[in-house]
Amino acid sequence: MTLVRTLLLRLMTTAVTLFGVAVIVFFVIRVVPGNPVAMMLPPGATAEDVARLTALYGLDKSIPQQFVIWGAGVLHGDFGTSITLRQPVLALVLGRLPATLELSVLALVMAVLMGGAAALTGTRLRETRVEGGIDVANGMALSVPDFLWGLVLILVFGVLLPVFQISGRVTPSLHLPFVTNFYLVESLVRLRFDLTRDLLAHMFLPAFALAIPLAAIIGQLLKQSLKETMHLDYVTLARTQGYSEARVIWREALPNAILPTLTLVGVQFTFLIGGTVIIERLFSYEGLGNMAIDAVINRDLPLIQGIVILFAVIFTGVNLVVDLTYAALNPRLRHG
Amino acid sequence: MSFLEVRDLSVRLKGGGPLLRNVSLTVAAGEVRGLVGESGAGKSMIGKAILGILPRSVEISSGAIVLDGTDLLTLPPAMRRQRVGATCALIPQDPLTALNPSRRIGPQITDRLVDILGWKRAEAEARARALLHEVQIADPDRVLRQYPHELSGGMRQRILIASAFAAEPRLIVADEPTTALDVTVQKQILKLIAGLQARHGTALLFVTHDLGVVSKVCQSLSVLYSGKVVEDTDVARFFAGPAHPYSAALLAATPKYTDPTAGLNPVPEAVIAAVRAEVENG
Ligand SMILES: Nc1ncnc2c1ncn2[C@@H]1O[C@H](COP(=O)(O)OP(=O)(O)OP(=O)(O)O)[C@@H](O)[C@H]1O
Ligand SMILES: [Mg+2]
Repeated sequence: MTLVRTLLLRLMTTAVTLFGVAVIVFFVIRVVPGNPVAMMLPPGATAEDVARLTALYGLDKSIPQQFVIWGAGVLHGDFGTSITLRQPVLALVLGRLPATLELSVLALVMAVLMGGAAALTGTRLRETRVEGGIDVANGMALSVPDFLWGLVLILVFGVLLPVFQISGRVTPSLHLPFVTNFYLVESLVRLRFDLTRDLLAHMFLPAFALAIPLAAIIGQLLKQSLKETMHLDYVTLARTQGYSEARVIWREALPNAILPTLTLVGVQFTFLIGGTVIIERLFSYEGLGNMAIDAVINRDLPLIQGIVILFAVIFTGVNLVVDLTYAALNPRLRHG
Repeated sequence: MSFLEVRDLSVRLKGGGPLLRNVSLTVAAGEVRGLVGESGAGKSMIGKAILGILPRSVEISSGAIVLDGTDLLTLPPAMRRQRVGATCALIPQDPLTALNPSRRIGPQITDRLVDILGWKRAEAEARARALLHEVQIADPDRVLRQYPHELSGGMRQRILIASAFAAEPRLIVADEPTTALDVTVQKQILKLIAGLQARHGTALLFVTHDLGVVSKVCQSLSVLYSGKVVEDTDVARFFAGPAHPYSAALLAATPKYTDPTAGLNPVPEAVIAAVRAEVENG
């Protein structure tokens, strides 16, 4: 099958998936109790006030009717207007997306570095106490979920040893010269490393909390694959050629051992992005997840829909990138 | 003086019984020594001990492996690896698993010449091309760009042979280099190894089950039983009449090329019992 056909097929299944997600979310948030209009009006509003606002947001129509209206808007790029924030949903979610993407990718990078280092060290020093220690640390990291790690980190690095920031994305008093919301990227591009520092000081703990469980998964699986690969004949042959053990692991074993880990990282990365919802809340980080919680609390139906659709787009996009990378890295798949 | 001298080498399972018992053998510069014995006798173990690739579950309990005048076992591990990498090479048993599946053939031959031995990249590539030519690969440039899975077992073994000779090693350990191949290819590969060995004057430790092969390519021979050398002789004398009863029985058990219809004579039980008693008590 050619790459183009594979891509087309993937795009079609993606469209179907997104439609399904849209339908489910749309109906579910409308049948759970809680009226967004009643929640935004002050106490003592009259029944007419409620009826007028309900009609204004089109919530007086039947749910299928509402869906058709909303769907038609979406096809034209109009995701409706947030009930609580009174701004277009699309602009709101796209404005928050960079914050969440930067946090997730930073967490992913940290997870890969930590997990990779653990796996490589554990393989180099296999069957020693160091490997035992790494296994224990991995097990601990895995037995606690990311948001509890977040609480632990806040206590340790926010309260006991306040070296990192525990709230927000950037120090509010700083003047930001940015034109996009990709603050971290832009601070690097503009060589404003003072701002990079401030941003990283804020992002480090939430990213670390998100990274810990994934790092442990990467560390375990990659070490397992590496150790299996180390028994193979071509690895032994490289040893007879004078390569040091560390170089044998890095050059011969790693490229072959990494594929199963890569697939898993793709799946786990979507879980990590899901984890940002709670973690952003915990660290008052102004991203999509934090906005999602506010939207749910306020029953801001259009905003919830927009955020969920965006998360679904990100998830399918990540899966697509993983599949393509996998195909590019594996010569047997490329030719077969 | 011999290029390789293995002296009283004993290897055992960690916390277990012996796998090699006081093995001694020599390989002179340019000599081809055969190493025969039944499966499990420890032939591969000797090769692995020399090249420093023993499995982690075993250890050397005593002895010396003297390579070009230096006992490898007295060297620190990094230096030992360097020394072995610069002067020795391995032709492995199974060409299907001995090449890295995710890398092209070219770098698998040239990288160590550049990384370890300090050649220039262009030099190494020219050398790889010349050697592929020498192992009778018709289109070296194409093969250098291919991945292992695109090549047959015979092709891969040719590549591994070329790679083994690439750095002009003084000693090559060939561990049953044709066992995993098609019978039709075995002979060609054997000829190829013998030809390269003769042209390059490389010493060869040739592990095999096949006494017919020994008679064609080897000058000297060590017969191994249960981790012990029971006979160390030259090939002419061996085929004229082995000194040890186990060797004699082994020779009798080998089908004759001159008379393939003659039935197989398995090594008699009594001979096995005698040699086992000798090895385990001595
Ligand atoms: N990785 C290992 N760990 C423990 N014991 C091993 C290991 N590999 C081999 N052995 C044992 O060491 C002994 C010698 O094995 P070796 O591989 O040297 O035999 P061989 O003479 O090469 O046999 P074959 O002709 O089947 O290749 C055998 O008894 C085998 O069971
Ligand atoms: Mg063997």
